Amino acid sequence: MKREWLVVLLVGTVTALFKAAGPLLLGAREPTPRISLALLRFSPALLGALIATQTFASGRHLTIDARLGGLLVVAIGARRRTPPLTLLVTAVAATAALRALLP
Amino acid sequence: MQYLRYQRHVGEDSALAGAIAVAPLAGAIGVLGVIFGCLARARGFGALAAVVMSATTFAGSPQFAAVGILGAGGSVAAAVGAAALLAARLVPMSAVAAPALAGGPWQRCLVAQLVVDESWAVALHEDGRFSRQRLIGAGVLLWVVHVASTALGAVVAAAIRRPERWGVDAAFPALFLMLLWPQLRHPDRARAAVSGALVALALTPFTPQGVPLLVAAAVALLPHEAWSPGRRVQRQPAPLGRGRSDEA
Repeated sequence: MKREWLVVLLVGTVTALFKAAGPLLLGAREPTPRISLALLRFSPALLGALIATQTFASGRHLTIDARLGGLLVVAIGARRRTPPLTLLVTAVAATAALRALLP
Repeated sequence: MQYLRYQRHVGEDSALAGAIAVAPLAGAIGVLGVIFGCLARARGFGALAAVVMSATTFAGSPQFAAVGILGAGGSVAAAVGAAALLAARLVPMSAVAAPALAGGPWQRCLVAQLVVDESWAVALHEDGRFSRQRLIGAGVLLWVVHVASTALGAVVAAAIRRPERWGVDAAFPALFLMLLWPQLRHPDRARAAVSGALVALALTPFTPQGVPLLVAAAVALLPHEAWSPGRRVQRQPAPLGRGRSDEA
């Protein structure tokens, strides 16, 4: 088998198993209160980590660049309850503009 | 502005609401898919292999990592290992979704395949309830876009020069911040968000990609008392979704 197809097969299988882990391990059982509370915190912790790495990480380096401008636009817009699509387009445009302007 | 007209559906528990909520990201996912298709071809993958990978793996970062490592001369084990690290956060995400899934075991596992960062995030209500309908709507839309755009990229395979010039990459943290925003009102969740961000940034220079996200997500699993000092977990069962004991 060619290496590329072996990777396609293995990565696909691993990912599918990970995605199925919840129903496979938990079934339809409700988690205990302790686990429920931990899972409630899991989403903000992961979102915080995703935001931080996708804004400041460039490979393994940490940088401050135009992406931070886009993020600040979102933070300001979210405070003012700007509609999501408007906010997203503005953030993308702000990032592109900053990238064009900054050296 | 069709989208704005549909805004009122956004909080609903329907597949349409899930698809609408994630729609602003579909364009960015499509661009990533085209880039993945081009990249896979450039790294020696056949067009069919690239499309099959997008259809079966359906997770952006593990795919990019596997193709990148293999194409750069890495071993199959290194490529699969890196992809597995990046995909590992899907395990607790799947656990959050599990109680909301319906049907037999096969059906549950099949619907769970629609979990990716974006579909999962729009399916999770602020109070911790997970919506199967929203997951299906958002997940199916993103899957179609992901597979179709990979095919487009693999077939065209014309080098797309620097998509980041257009700020497309900024769409991802922007969406994640919008999703996080309402949760910041709960002190323990705000603490979890800040801790997750700091842990991920602290680890980024020192660990392979995927590990910072994994460890950052794991800090959320610290005992409740670490997050809400002086408060104890209620004895009454507080199922995920109806449980409000974190703010009692």
